[in-house]
Amino acid sequence: MLPYTIQNYLADQAIWPRLSTDLPEFEATEQAVEKEIDRLMNIKGKRSVDSIHKELGHIMWEHVGMGRTKEGLEEGLKLLKALRQEFDTNLFIPGSKEGLNVELDKAIHLRDFILMGELVAYDALHREESCGGHFREEHQTEEGEAKRDDENFFYVGCWDYQGSDDKAPELVKEPLNYEIIKVQQRNYKN
Amino acid sequence: MAKNISVTIKFWKQNGPKDKGHFDTHELKNIPDDTSFLEALDIMNEELIGEGREPFVFDHDCREGICGMCSLYINGTPHGKTERGATTCQLYMRKFKDGETITVEPWRSAGFPVIKDCMVDRNAFDKIMQAGGYTTVRTGQAQDANAILIPKEDADEAMDCASCIGCGACVAACKNGSAMLFVSSKVSQLALLPQGKVEAAKRAKAMVAKMDELGFGNCTNTRACEAVCPKCETISNIARLNREFICAKLAD
Repeated sequence: MLPYTIQNYLADQAIWPRLSTDLPEFEATEQAVEKEIDRLMNIKGKRSVDSIHKELGHIMWEHVGMGRTKEGLEEGLKLLKALRQEFDTNLFIPGSKEGLNVELDKAIHLRDFILMGELVAYDALHREESCGGHFREEHQTEEGEAKRDDENFFYVGCWDYQGSDDKAPELVKEPLNYEIIKVQQRNYKN
Repeated sequence: MAKNISVTIKFWKQNGPKDKGHFDTHELKNIPDDTSFLEALDIMNEELIGEGREPFVFDHDCREGICGMCSLYINGTPHGKTERGATTCQLYMRKFKDGETITVEPWRSAGFPVIKDCMVDRNAFDKIMQAGGYTTVRTGQAQDANAILIPKEDADEAMDCASCIGCGACVAACKNGSAMLFVSSKVSQLALLPQGKVEAAKRAKAMVAKMDELGFGNCTNTRACEAVCPKCETISNIARLNREFICAKLAD
């Protein structure tokens, strides 16, 4: 807790310099984005962005919902990979890359959404326990509550991208160390 | 009971602010009349893309009447002839007749240049807000909630003014292309509260000056803005803005 005057003084000191677009990082990023835009525009397939987006939604809803199973997730992953393939080979973006193109804008986002969907399914398949919003139907108590596996999954997980969409990501773990709280099953009954 | 209708959409195409622009048409067949108007446009765009044509570009975001992004001039009325107090996204196909031709145009105003088709640049509103639509707050803990007492009536009225979503329908409806209903609502929401009093004089002058600078016209009390405002802002706000403005000028 600081006195009033000091906080206001500090807020005025927080000035971030305007970064130059001459930096090599900017140039590399600009080139990468340009390359990706050219790739998307040149697919010249038959499917609209929205039709693929809706298919993605159906796959996620059906196979990667809050209640998930090993079989469902494996099926979902298969469908997601096929959808990514469909996107990369059969997408159609009308118009040009110059000026405003809302379809191109949506396509750039959708490519990320598909990959993100795959990541969610991949993680859910790996995590052989139920915990919070991740409910693996195989792992539940007799009363239908989420059943954790603290022996194997007592950590915060993060997936490290391996440079290609087709390479499996690598798991990075940060163990959870509670010093004061006793870890137990959540119970709303008493 | 829902039924299906067929309509012809006559929509505005314009490639940037300098382009002359023209109308294009598309026939939408067998649309369930429970479809929202924007969903019908989505369906139309899917069909256009299917034919290898470029889709019709329009602004939209929340699609529940609170964000202020949708901005279509439908059959001669901003946001269409919906129930009072509704935005374009709250308009449904059941409001149209089978076989009807629906004309869709952008907000037309010097202050809102066309980006593409019916998507217009409404940055001018942000610039007006930057000119004075704020109160200065010092960094630090928030003060006690009851330190400043505000009568319930004032709080309610300020809230009504603050419900302006900045969509720009007022400008589109005005024969003078005036942004007065928007500016007055934003000035009023602060003028009605003690927190806004400190900078009140500066605010009214700065926001009106910015509005003039950006090419918006002035108010001649036609009340077209009031009739189309999706948030039912009233021109009493404009009267309040004028009072704030005159007081500020007299104090100079």
